[in-house]
Amino acid sequence: MARHTVQLTVNGAPRSAEVESRLLLVHLLRDEFRLTGTHIGCDTTHCGACTVLLDGVPVKSCTVLAVQADGRQVQTVEGLARDGALHPIQEGFMQEHGLQCGFCTPGMMLTGAALLERTKSPGEDEIRRAISGNLCRCTGYVNIVKAVQHAAAKMR
Amino acid sequence: MSSTPRTSPEVGGMGHSIRRKEDPRFLRGQGQYVDDVVLPGMVYMDIVRSPFAHAKIRRIDTSAALKVPGVLAVITGETLAQYKLHWMPTLMSDTQMVLPTEKVMYQAQEVAAVIATSRYTAADGVAAVEVDYDPLPVVVDPFKALEPGAPVLRTDKPDKKDNRIFHWETGDRAATDRAIKEAAAVVRQRIYIPRIHVASIETCGCVASFNKTDGKLTVWMTTQAPHAIRTVFALVAGHVGLSEERIRIISPDIGGGFGGKVPVYPGYVIAVAASVVTGLPVKWIEDRMENLQADSFARDYHMDAELAADASGRITALRIKTVADHGYADAAANPSKFPAGLFSVCTGSYDIKNAFVEVDGVYTNKPPGGIAYRCSFRVTEAAHAIERMTDMLAQELKVDAAEFRLKNFIAADKFPYRSALGWEYDSGNYEGALKKAMDQIGYAALRQEQAEKRARGELMGIGISSFTEIVGAGPSKHFDILGIKMFDSCELRVHPTGKVLARFGTKSQGQGHETTYAQIIAEELGIPAAHIQVEEGDTDTAPYGLGTYASRSTPVAGAATAIAARKVRDKARKIAAHLLEVSEDDLVWEPGKFSVKGAPAKSKTIQEIALAAYTNHPPGMEAGLEAVNYYDPPNLTFPFGSYICVVDLDRGTGEVKIRRFVAIDDCGNIINPMIVQGQVHGGLTMGMAPALLEEISYDESGNVQGGSFMDYLVPTAVETPKWETGHTVTPSPHHPLGAKGVGESATVGAPPAIANAVVDALAHLGVRHIDIPITPEKVWRILKEKGVAE
Repeated sequence: MARHTVQLTVNGAPRSAEVESRLLLVHLLRDEFRLTGTHIGCDTTHCGACTVLLDGVPVKSCTVLAVQADGRQVQTVEGLARDGALHPIQEGFMQEHGLQCGFCTPGMMLTGAALLERTKSPGEDEIRRAISGNLCRCTGYVNIVKAVQHAAAKMR
Repeated sequence: MSSTPRTSPEVGGMGHSIRRKEDPRFLRGQGQYVDDVVLPGMVYMDIVRSPFAHAKIRRIDTSAALKVPGVLAVITGETLAQYKLHWMPTLMSDTQMVLPTEKVMYQAQEVAAVIATSRYTAADGVAAVEVDYDPLPVVVDPFKALEPGAPVLRTDKPDKKDNRIFHWETGDRAATDRAIKEAAAVVRQRIYIPRIHVASIETCGCVASFNKTDGKLTVWMTTQAPHAIRTVFALVAGHVGLSEERIRIISPDIGGGFGGKVPVYPGYVIAVAASVVTGLPVKWIEDRMENLQADSFARDYHMDAELAADASGRITALRIKTVADHGYADAAANPSKFPAGLFSVCTGSYDIKNAFVEVDGVYTNKPPGGIAYRCSFRVTEAAHAIERMTDMLAQELKVDAAEFRLKNFIAADKFPYRSALGWEYDSGNYEGALKKAMDQIGYAALRQEQAEKRARGELMGIGISSFTEIVGAGPSKHFDILGIKMFDSCELRVHPTGKVLARFGTKSQGQGHETTYAQIIAEELGIPAAHIQVEEGDTDTAPYGLGTYASRSTPVAGAATAIAARKVRDKARKIAAHLLEVSEDDLVWEPGKFSVKGAPAKSKTIQEIALAAYTNHPPGMEAGLEAVNYYDPPNLTFPFGSYICVVDLDRGTGEVKIRRFVAIDDCGNIINPMIVQGQVHGGLTMGMAPALLEEISYDESGNVQGGSFMDYLVPTAVETPKWETGHTVTPSPHHPLGAKGVGESATVGAPPAIANAVVDALAHLGVRHIDIPITPEKVWRILKEKGVAE
């Protein structure tokens, strides 16, 4: 199978790898770069556990080929905190008990963070629609909505 | 417990909503789930699965797969049969195949496993394995499976002549028959609760690593019960040299369990066998479709229920006959004396004098299981039956559903209460919870609004569920799994500087044990929760316990924690007496220190005492400050609650919209209110899911419908309502902390509240019952039939 060199920026740092054509972005991140905060929960782009930001836009990295990320910016959960300080969305999830098992949390936080880049004061329905591509089996979403609102207030 | 915690916020004992100690690693993406484990030389396993629900295997051709570059081995049933590892026991003392040698029994059954150098080449290998099948007659309907002449599925059992797994019954059949015959009113209904799947967002998997040099096997695996799994592995593979002291099970961070990570799945065993054979670490992570199609399911109960009342409107008798579809093996995880779990709690919250239930377990060509879906042992099925039937009887008697419940509840002064089916309910105040829920939602005003809307042709319904849970299994006299009694444990060490390491036989999958166990110790010893390290899931270090499922962690391991901490405190008292040179009787305890009666300035903190335990302990006393407790609960605990749901039905689409949902829970004394509320939110959502969305069904050929997230509809944030919660507090009289457990209450209580609300919205049109999931299509068909569809 053909191999390709991909060069991309991950959490602000340049990275490159030799990959098979079929390698998924999520496996590049997890297996090659050992950024295991991005999780895999399904094979059909439904659960959103693998959500990362590609040029600032949430994508499900289980259905993006690694070669499609060539030359682009990828942000994962490991890139949320700056200089050891939690991002407001991380603070929000902690303070509002927005996580339980933690498996959906990285994808959920990245989707929330991307929403807050677009809009400063999202309403509850807007938040619920924004995270509707991210499944959580533990929390019932109420506290996730509060967590995003918490972060929004902090970022305003 | 009073609303004022006994400890300061800095100590963070019971009643404080301290933030979770486990969160920082999860928030930073630093959790360690099983797929994050990478070992040197690790290889990957992928599984060939059957497209047929029942078929003879004529031939498995592995030659093409073995030619795929990177494929190291293909393991079949024949490979395992050489080691007598092709069958294994289930937790219900039935047997199930690891890999087949003769025939497959359900679609997606494991047929062979490919070991390769990467995930991708393992998948290439799977695609290259050729299997020839001869299809056999498929049995998917459990009623047909019981008919004479039905094909006998378990041909591996020479003396098995039919498809009945067990018949189980309890209660007084004659008295119940008589009471139903003499009743003034009786309602009867077949209620089906379909197959559903826990669908934790993390699927199952493991990394098995057998060290050929020292003969030690280490398995990182997604298990809720690591200690029991170690023993099962020793029993399954003892004959090939895997002895229990050389097996280490590590349950790392778990991405949701809900009961689906209790059983031993074939994939785990094959990965272990592959590691033993190759001497390499083997990783197996199932994908979502494998998870939904082959892992243990929940429910699949067909219940014929009858509920009777006398002329005054008091419930007099309950009779339920159930056919339980277990798939091709009884692979549930019930205590061994309870093949139908705790289904006999089905008399619920009502004072019913006569009851009789019987359950027949049946084999069909479906995946094995009968495990929980965030509920303890068939309690959701029981609660759904009694809460649906109670509404139906109220409807029959033309009495308001709330009024009917208040009239028939077990009164608060009757606890402890002995139910007709033999349970001793520890404590309860059902009237208190329902009245609180009615106040909070504004019940009377809603009924008025409903009447007005009905007059205008709008469809609005109000549904109530006043459920009783039964958790905390369980007392050793009655409760065991494969003979192992259902105790649980805490081992607690106080270090010289007053910090604590505590280890447990349970395993959190998101419930927040690292926080709540620390709070129990903080409550008992006055040591700040921040100074307490909680560890679970490593069988080499943690004390033996049966694990986390069926809401048993707080009732059983939580009690062990309190007892272990009290043992530590007893020793601390002796040391304090020695240090203060007074008699033990002259000391008073307050959280964090002992002081001398009448001379409060003379005191020793727990930290000072801890240091002395290692540096200045009394002559004749052993050094150190630690304790272990294996807690055998004297009874189960009985959490309860009352839920009220308001729905609006769309007459154009049949969609059910939950407008409001108020949940009042009573789980006894509360350790962390924030975590309890979070558990209720999640439980409610997993109650709504099967009520409105989720179902796994099979066509007549045994093809699974609902085998991926394309059509198995896990709720998103959009369908999920904004839950409103509250609580009452009725402590358990026998639990050392008065706590009861809460993780599953809401999953048990929510489905009938929603179903009752939808039926209530349609009751004036003559609708008495709708089976869950109540999909838009089902509602639309009813609207059409009744001539009210828009």
